[in-house]
Amino acid sequence: MRKLALSDEILLSIESPARYIGGEVNSVMKDPAEVDIRFAMCFPDVYEIGMSYMGIQILYDMFNRREDVWCERVYSPWTDLDKIMREQKIPLFALESQDPLKEFDFLGITLQYEMCYTNILQVLELGQIPLLASERTDEHPLVIGGGPCSYNPEPIADFFDLFYMGEGETVYDELFDLYKEYKKAGRSREEFLRRAASVPGIYVPSMYEPSYNEDGTLAAFTPRYSDVPAQVEKQVVMDLDHVTYPKAPVVPFIKATQDRVVLEIMRGCIRGCRFCQAGMIYRPTRQKDVESMKEYARAMLENTGYEEISLSSLSSSDYEQLPELVNYLIELCGEKKVNISLPSLRIDAFSLDVMGKVQDVKKSSLTFAPEAGSQRMRDVINKGLTEEVILEGAGKAFEGGWNKVKLYFMLGLPTETEEDIKGIAWLSQKIAERYYEIPKSERVGKCQITASTSFFVPKPFTPFQWASMNTEEEFLEKAKIVKQEVRAQINQKSIKYNYHEADVSVLEGLLARGDRRVAKTILEAYRNGALFDAWSETFKMDAWKKAIESAGTDLNFYVHRERSLDELFPWDFIKIGVTKDFLKREWENAKQGKVTPNCREKCSGCGAAKFGGGVCYEG
Amino acid sequence: MKVRVKFAKEGAMKFIGHLDIMRYFQKAVRRADIGAAFSEGFSPHMIMSFAAPLGVGITSSGEYFDMELTQSRSSEELVSRLNAQMAEGMRVLSVRKVPDGKASKAMSLVAAADYTVAFREGKEPRGCWQDRVDEFLSQDQILVWRKTKRSEGETDIRPWIYELKAVKDGLSMRLSAGSVHNLKPELVAEAFYKYVGEEPQPFAWQVHRGEIYADLGDENERKLVTLESLGENIE
Repeated sequence: MRKLALSDEILLSIESPARYIGGEVNSVMKDPAEVDIRFAMCFPDVYEIGMSYMGIQILYDMFNRREDVWCERVYSPWTDLDKIMREQKIPLFALESQDPLKEFDFLGITLQYEMCYTNILQVLELGQIPLLASERTDEHPLVIGGGPCSYNPEPIADFFDLFYMGEGETVYDELFDLYKEYKKAGRSREEFLRRAASVPGIYVPSMYEPSYNEDGTLAAFTPRYSDVPAQVEKQVVMDLDHVTYPKAPVVPFIKATQDRVVLEIMRGCIRGCRFCQAGMIYRPTRQKDVESMKEYARAMLENTGYEEISLSSLSSSDYEQLPELVNYLIELCGEKKVNISLPSLRIDAFSLDVMGKVQDVKKSSLTFAPEAGSQRMRDVINKGLTEEVILEGAGKAFEGGWNKVKLYFMLGLPTETEEDIKGIAWLSQKIAERYYEIPKSERVGKCQITASTSFFVPKPFTPFQWASMNTEEEFLEKAKIVKQEVRAQINQKSIKYNYHEADVSVLEGLLARGDRRVAKTILEAYRNGALFDAWSETFKMDAWKKAIESAGTDLNFYVHRERSLDELFPWDFIKIGVTKDFLKREWENAKQGKVTPNCREKCSGCGAAKFGGGVCYEG
Repeated sequence: MKVRVKFAKEGAMKFIGHLDIMRYFQKAVRRADIGAAFSEGFSPHMIMSFAAPLGVGITSSGEYFDMELTQSRSSEELVSRLNAQMAEGMRVLSVRKVPDGKASKAMSLVAAADYTVAFREGKEPRGCWQDRVDEFLSQDQILVWRKTKRSEGETDIRPWIYELKAVKDGLSMRLSAGSVHNLKPELVAEAFYKYVGEEPQPFAWQVHRGEIYADLGDENERKLVTLESLGENIE
């Protein structure tokens, strides 16, 4: 039997010991003596969150298909174990072998949200790996980042040896082969990194030098050597039908947040919402073949024993074979007694019919994401959802027996006025009114409308990357306006209003559009005790406030000011296919409230067509 | 057809709690594709009932659950299909057919269980504790402070200790179990430490459950039989 890294005494004195023991069904064991490369893949958050993320499962499966690589997993130890590991100087280990991370060749860290950045430092420190890439030697693993937040890697660039830009399926093989070659030849870490910088999609921060203007903006971002490319190209898989996808993902013993089979049906989104980073960085939209989806659904259910299956993509309603796939799943799941968890779908006759088949209407709720309260504001953000469509969808659903509606909005969007803010309450009220139009005898009690707002955070590679972000005070003031306006509605008793924390949003804004100098703030915040910042129970605003102060970080510069059109951004050296010119055009359109058609209606020439496939070449 | 599955839970699996073990077996049974029966409704669930929950940290070689099957297969095939789906540390020991009906439900049958409490090195009672087990057991009363959901107070656990003997590195015992008098082995071990004049250190022992029994006797005499023996092999 495997020997565990932690003693019984430790495991029995912490919460959920199953987080740290590995050995799950479908986890992969290999003989370390038989492989050339040991890779530890990390999701820097607690196990239950990390195990819900399909991206790691895809790479885990893909890497382990190689005989010369053993890929294992590691997650952030929760605060209880963190304390014990520090006290007893126990090195952080990978789940499968239970071997210390510091013995690995690579430590891969997926960057799914900014508020996990201090957790990266925790993993490194507990792993007994120097926090700064510049302090690591040939003895240490190469720390490589990837995932959506690596599209602005600069605030965490000091902590990483490399970043992988884009979809992992393309150049990891090349990188591994190169690593093996250099390792066998006994060449240094520095030599490997220098060479790796030329692999398409690989960004080696230490090979680049930023310089700044007097006003603090970036003046230039230049390679240190002539053989290092000035730009890094995002990697995309253009043949999604022949790319690997795990038929037997690892099944946790404890309940993960996503406790089900997750079937990825599409990458990218045709919609072009102007606040949405995923909608830009994953272009072009590519659909997976429906026949292979059916095969995968069956195989994954059989290999995992999961009781539930869900579909994963952005805007799933835009998957053209959705009706065919869903009807197949209904049949398959009926036979296998498996539940279907539907992604949020555009509310229409098809989705209501399907929802009625797979959910208990009385218990389930409808979800709309209008994102903004007024039509003017929705035009600014290019959210092609009209009030008419929402009311029609809600009306149909109410007639079908639903009485719960969830609405998602953002506050602090560019050009927002008080009318737009109050519009959130007004739209909620109109939906409630639509419910009470149904004759009393046909209604099932009161309706419950839950309106939630998050605060808008401008993200790199979106048309709003130039936008100013509100201050905490402005956010809270806006939330108050919504709250008061909701209370003023006739059907206020049927409307519930929630809003996200404002202080975390401002930090997210700092980390999202920061440059290399922000690393100091992150490090300081971590030293001040910041950890698990995405969790309200562990978030310590004071640790961050102190860090921002001592590092002399100007929030106005990074977060609140509107950027000028000719400013060079820290992330501009990354080429995502979508051009800066297109984003600029979209920023102008936004300010004028001009709607841009989606990719299927009309090509807007964003630049993603250069990848040679997907929606750009449909029909 | 109702079957009773006997399994062992060892190694790292001892850190998986009871609810997660139930979820684990629901998935394992699905993967084994042995035709489990399901409830009706929007979220059908497998008809499965566990005999007695096992605490986190305790290993066992005698755990049970009952389940309903819609297909017929031999015991041998069921065992091998299930074992093909087990994680390291879990092992299916037998699958036997048991009578239908509430009265024969594993959970309601539980009357006693065997345990060994193995003292961890350096944490065992000092001196020749082995020699004092018999005199400990020969007391008329063994009073312990016990906290249950309903009450707290001193109770006599002696009647619920059916057997107790010293083994190489600890105590082996047969205790009353189930819904009426469920005596935890840790309580007996603690009482023994106190009897020999010591206070057990934290994590002083590793508990292992060896077997679970039903009582086929009457008020006058117990007749303990293993839950497994109440089922019959399927040819």
